[in-house]
Amino acid sequence: MSDTVLSIRDLSVEIPTRTGIVKPVDGVSYDIQAGEILGVVGESGAGKSMAGNAVIGLLNPPAHIAAGEILLNGNRIDGLRGEAMRRLRGKDIGMVFQDPLTSLNPLLSIGDQLTETMLTHLPLSRSDAEKRAVAALEEVGIPGAAERIDSYPHEFSGGMRQRVVIALALCAEPSLVIADEPTTALDVSVQAQIIALLKRLCRERGTAVMLITHDMGVIAEAADRVAVMYAGRLAELGAVRDVLTQPLHPYTAGLMASTPLASAGKARLHQIEGAMPRLDKVPEGCAFHPRCTYAQAKCRAVPAPHISDAHAACWFPLVAEKVS
Amino acid sequence: MSLISVKNLSRVFDVSKPWLNRMIERREKAFLTAVSDVDFDVAERTTYGLVGESGSGKSTIGRMLVGLLTPSNGTVEIEGVNLATETDAAKVDAVRSDIQMIFQDPYASLNPRWRVRDIIVEPVVARGGDATGLAEKLLEQVGLSPLDAGKFPHEFSGGQRQRICIARALSSEPKLIVCDEPTSALDVSVQAQVLNLMSDLKDNFGLTYVLISHDLTVVRHMSDQIGVLYLGRLVEEAAPDALFTDAKHPYTQMLLEAAPQMDGFGREAALPEGEIPDPINPPPGCAFHPRCPIATDRCKKERPEMRQLGETRVACHLAQV
Repeated sequence: MSDTVLSIRDLSVEIPTRTGIVKPVDGVSYDIQAGEILGVVGESGAGKSMAGNAVIGLLNPPAHIAAGEILLNGNRIDGLRGEAMRRLRGKDIGMVFQDPLTSLNPLLSIGDQLTETMLTHLPLSRSDAEKRAVAALEEVGIPGAAERIDSYPHEFSGGMRQRVVIALALCAEPSLVIADEPTTALDVSVQAQIIALLKRLCRERGTAVMLITHDMGVIAEAADRVAVMYAGRLAELGAVRDVLTQPLHPYTAGLMASTPLASAGKARLHQIEGAMPRLDKVPEGCAFHPRCTYAQAKCRAVPAPHISDAHAACWFPLVAEKVS
Repeated sequence: MSLISVKNLSRVFDVSKPWLNRMIERREKAFLTAVSDVDFDVAERTTYGLVGESGSGKSTIGRMLVGLLTPSNGTVEIEGVNLATETDAAKVDAVRSDIQMIFQDPYASLNPRWRVRDIIVEPVVARGGDATGLAEKLLEQVGLSPLDAGKFPHEFSGGQRQRICIARALSSEPKLIVCDEPTSALDVSVQAQVLNLMSDLKDNFGLTYVLISHDLTVVRHMSDQIGVLYLGRLVEEAAPDALFTDAKHPYTQMLLEAAPQMDGFGREAALPEGEIPDPINPPPGCAFHPRCPIATDRCKKERPEMRQLGETRVACHLAQV
């Protein structure tokens, strides 16, 4: 497959602590094709953001990549340091974070921030860059872009700020955008606008997107494929429709059933007992077995199988049966 | 009989700059109307859901219900007593002990230096009550171990902390609990546990909830009656099924359309126009008219009254059965 933009192979991130090594990401593999949106979903502590940060080299020491490969357009990027990594960020990988106010520089006008990014990464003159900055703002739907180019981040509302961040992420025409909870801080109506914008721009440009979120509804509407993470491991990977309507992994099934949306009309929500294990106390065998209603002796002893595409990391995947 | 009766409730905040800045910059005082003319009743042993986007005034209403803020205008009556004006201290005291609140952030609402036992029994101890063994009993009722009473809040996860907050709210045996975004800080599977616990406790203790949330699905699941707020105004009030299948107000319709859907694979939602306007200078007439697809000239001038439309109450000139 020649249009695989990002390929992660058996990626593990380790953090050495006084009491031992914890693995917030443990043997995760997935690919993202050009023009595809891969949703990465999981609860807090599942390692979904940590995997994204590993790709762009933003792991805070002592966290580090312990094993595995990250390939961007066929080139290994997991070993890049310093200047080489800096050139990659913004140029080949764009980033959209949860809080638009903290990802913009409050002391620079948004026009300066856009032109700075473009001048750093693209062979443009300053006046060309300024023209493209206005065009970029128009493209993300900011009304009166030419007048607002000299405004500062605090003069925009939350939704407009997130549009600026998206313009900033896309202005150097990266092949991959990592969007880490891009709509979590926004209201429902603004969230719908931002998701639609992200979908449209990436489809038009053929940009691959890693959409990290905890919101199953957002995944259902935006993603093409979805990767479900649990305790640092991949639980399930597949086309969004298959995973959401016919989950193979008991965790995915439980997660789906516990959303109020899926239990419409029922008196009680489906409950997964217990909580995600702490990373220094991930159980033996399959990490989910203490909470799993289908767990058997094998699950307690042997770690769940690794995922080969469109399968679940489970010894006894659900077939047609549904969680009541 | 209704437990809570809210009439013409308004709350205005003074958000002016300091006097000196106003003099130098020649600015007028600025007022933010967070809640404007809201009416609703909550029957005993029911759950009333308040839903709206940020800045719609839902938390301000919650704070006025429990008496943390005084209304600028209008009244809140709980069991027939208006806490803001009642002069009989005994009456006020009796009603106050019937009200408790659960907050959004279980990390910020528990004192980190207190043991769980002290946190839970405080509402009782503060009134001079006897709290022997109470914390242990309540911890069991909210699904924690009685042995947890001697621990500190940092030893618990977010969901467990929210259970502690619920135990604290229950300790004074209240009738009404105002829940301000009780599960917004929690993960989906933990949210399900907490919501189920809240439903069970409601049945066991005969509680009344006012549930404030921005999450339509949570409000739908929990509520018997839902009020939709927009820019401090109540725009629609209906039972959950009526609201979700047959919304009357264009804002409610827009909100439902924009909300992500579980089966919305590749759905292209009809996108809402614009954003919530500045509450300091709200639009004249109907506050929603600049974003409304069906607005007429009348909507720009005249603020719609709340009117009854079948079982639904709606504040829109154009809404029809």
